[in-house]
Amino acid sequence: MRRTDIGPPDFRTMLPEVIKKNYGQWKYHEIVKAGVLKHVAENGDELYTVRAGSPRLVSIDFIRDLCDVADKYCDGHLRFTSRHNVEFLTPDKTKVEPLIQELGKLGLPVVGTGDCISNIVHTQGWIHCHSAATDASGIVKAIMDGLYDHFTEMKLPNHLRISMACCINMCGAIHCSDLAVVGVHTRPPRPDHEKVFAQCEIPTTIQSCPTGAVRRHPDANIKSVVVKEDLCMYCANCFTVCPAMPLADPVTDGVAIYAGGKVSNARKPPMFSRMVVPFLPNHPPRWPEVVDVLKRIVEVYAAGAKPCERVGEWIERIGWEAFFKRTEIPFTDQHVDDFTHAIETYRTTTQFKW
Amino acid sequence: MSDETPLLDELEKGPWPSYVKEIKRAAKKNAAAKDLLRIQEQSYEDRVTHWKHGGIVGVTGYGSGVIGRYCDNPEKFPNVTAFHTMRINQPAGWFYTSEALRKICDIWEQYGSGMTNFHGATGDIILLGTTTENLQPCFDTLTEAGFDLGGSGSALRTPAACVGQARCEYANIDTMALIHDLTMTYQDEMHRPRWPYKFKIKASGCPNDCVAAIARADFTIIGTWRDSLRIDQNAVREYVKDGFDIKSLVVNKCPSEALEWDEKGNNLVLIAEDCVRCMHCINMMPKALRPGLQKGATILVGGKAPILKGANMSWVLIPFIEITPPYTEIKELLAKIWDWWDEHGKTRERLAELIERIGLKEFLKAVDLKAVPQMVTKPRANPYVFF
Repeated sequence: MRRTDIGPPDFRTMLPEVIKKNYGQWKYHEIVKAGVLKHVAENGDELYTVRAGSPRLVSIDFIRDLCDVADKYCDGHLRFTSRHNVEFLTPDKTKVEPLIQELGKLGLPVVGTGDCISNIVHTQGWIHCHSAATDASGIVKAIMDGLYDHFTEMKLPNHLRISMACCINMCGAIHCSDLAVVGVHTRPPRPDHEKVFAQCEIPTTIQSCPTGAVRRHPDANIKSVVVKEDLCMYCANCFTVCPAMPLADPVTDGVAIYAGGKVSNARKPPMFSRMVVPFLPNHPPRWPEVVDVLKRIVEVYAAGAKPCERVGEWIERIGWEAFFKRTEIPFTDQHVDDFTHAIETYRTTTQFKW
Repeated sequence: MSDETPLLDELEKGPWPSYVKEIKRAAKKNAAAKDLLRIQEQSYEDRVTHWKHGGIVGVTGYGSGVIGRYCDNPEKFPNVTAFHTMRINQPAGWFYTSEALRKICDIWEQYGSGMTNFHGATGDIILLGTTTENLQPCFDTLTEAGFDLGGSGSALRTPAACVGQARCEYANIDTMALIHDLTMTYQDEMHRPRWPYKFKIKASGCPNDCVAAIARADFTIIGTWRDSLRIDQNAVREYVKDGFDIKSLVVNKCPSEALEWDEKGNNLVLIAEDCVRCMHCINMMPKALRPGLQKGATILVGGKAPILKGANMSWVLIPFIEITPPYTEIKELLAKIWDWWDEHGKTRERLAELIERIGLKEFLKAVDLKAVPQMVTKPRANPYVFF
């Protein structure tokens, strides 16, 4: 019999015994070492969490491997984090080291607690997305390899969150991450007049453009649209509603780098990430320019930030002018905002640095 | 035709676990996974995507949960001609038994490519790549195993919660119970898109906001407390005795100067009315400091990514509300918000964009709330008031 709207399984059926028993009764936690947490309940019960990195895009056999580990060490329980890590939970301290070794045999690093870089939240890219301006999993793998020590060792001033989105739809909290990589188009869409007529609703396509750049074709006999190129900001909203408006281009598509965002309220309120590099080319398979810029920013941050400062807090303290100087990233007119919330970003004080 | 993937093979190197190895693992058993590898290699050569717009595919009775996907070169990549994604609603907090996960794996071995995301950015399990014919039987088998589809399109997207009280002493609210309840209540809103655009609900248990609710959710629930944080002075002294520099790492870094260190008495002094409950001191000294006892949440609205009129973080709507089942106040508020947005929103206009276009004052009227200073960072500077 067909069933609908049953919803997800009740999480209560998925919890390990030690969590069922101490739900809402946790007293404190400590980081035993990188990737290992110890939570202690009011009654003294202990819970050890071993956090492992995952490539996120995985085969079912990978999931079965994780299940084997969970069966062997954690009575068949495991969870995932909001950053795609895998967590193994056990009340038994003696299982922690064997667990770590077992994960090592599977090639999985134990990572991502405290003052380090955690797993990169990312999107589909060329693996599955029609609107991707770049790949996601591949760049992420290259960045992870490049910054690997920061995933496995806690040696940064605070934790550092990196996100990756393959287009400016920005699935994931790219706009509020310490460092972010975003796929961008840099040329207007190219309407295919025969297909626009066949595949698209012209009023909807015109209405989708936030800058009024998409207009009726001037020739009334051609049922299509034209793009006023000087108004186009390559957002691809028209492409989303009309597939006959492709933007993808091997040379002019690439990525932009953002820095200084966060979602936590700790110390400073949440912050938006800000553009630091407007464009880098798509150079698969390892995007060396992207990895270099991120490594440089992480190194300058690690060397210059005070304890507890997130990237955005550090930049606010030293000033953006100092950020660009120290990272040797050129500041261009493309960094100056001219969109909806632009005015908030113009400086209204004589306080600045050289 | 060549099966070699020299560009992707480069991504098997290096210390971080490789997704390319994962696709190759699936490709040994599954023709679609093999073509996925080949089409990815093609993109690495061409530097463009080879996926086309979706088109309308799905399962009977649902308008969401399946993302249609076709490749642009079916002659060359016949096994990914149709390669649709199914979004499967995760259990709150992403907790699983191995038994439940193995069931999903077995079902996906039978009906799909064998490739998955654990998880997608919104929170769902992503089953990546199947044919149009397999969608319905796959869905039917999944529901038999106790799983259902998540949201997509102009619908309520799969709500998400942080780990909350299951494993976190910071959690001021039971995020997982709340999100599970809302998810079950709004199955229709998730599965049958009817709104101007997407709508997201996320709940974090404390202001550290581990699910990025303030950045990503139209309706953001962040646990907080109303009274003073709790201090265990003996535990504070333990930190200090162990060499922890409480003055420079905690007191001097308090953003609202609400902490003082009484050197003589070896006491941490809280000026309670100055505390903004940011979590910094608690994050630094979890054994000694804890949230207060009068627990609840701040409700904020309007978080979204830049598409279309710029990114927004959620704005404070209700500074403090108690969160207890059956969550009637939350549900009544959501109903008012959805009615107003559905009535006035344009196609592809998120809640924040509508509030920005029509005004927060009008929105407050629609949801029967009075303005309070906690809603703004500062009052207006201009004189253009409607009386």
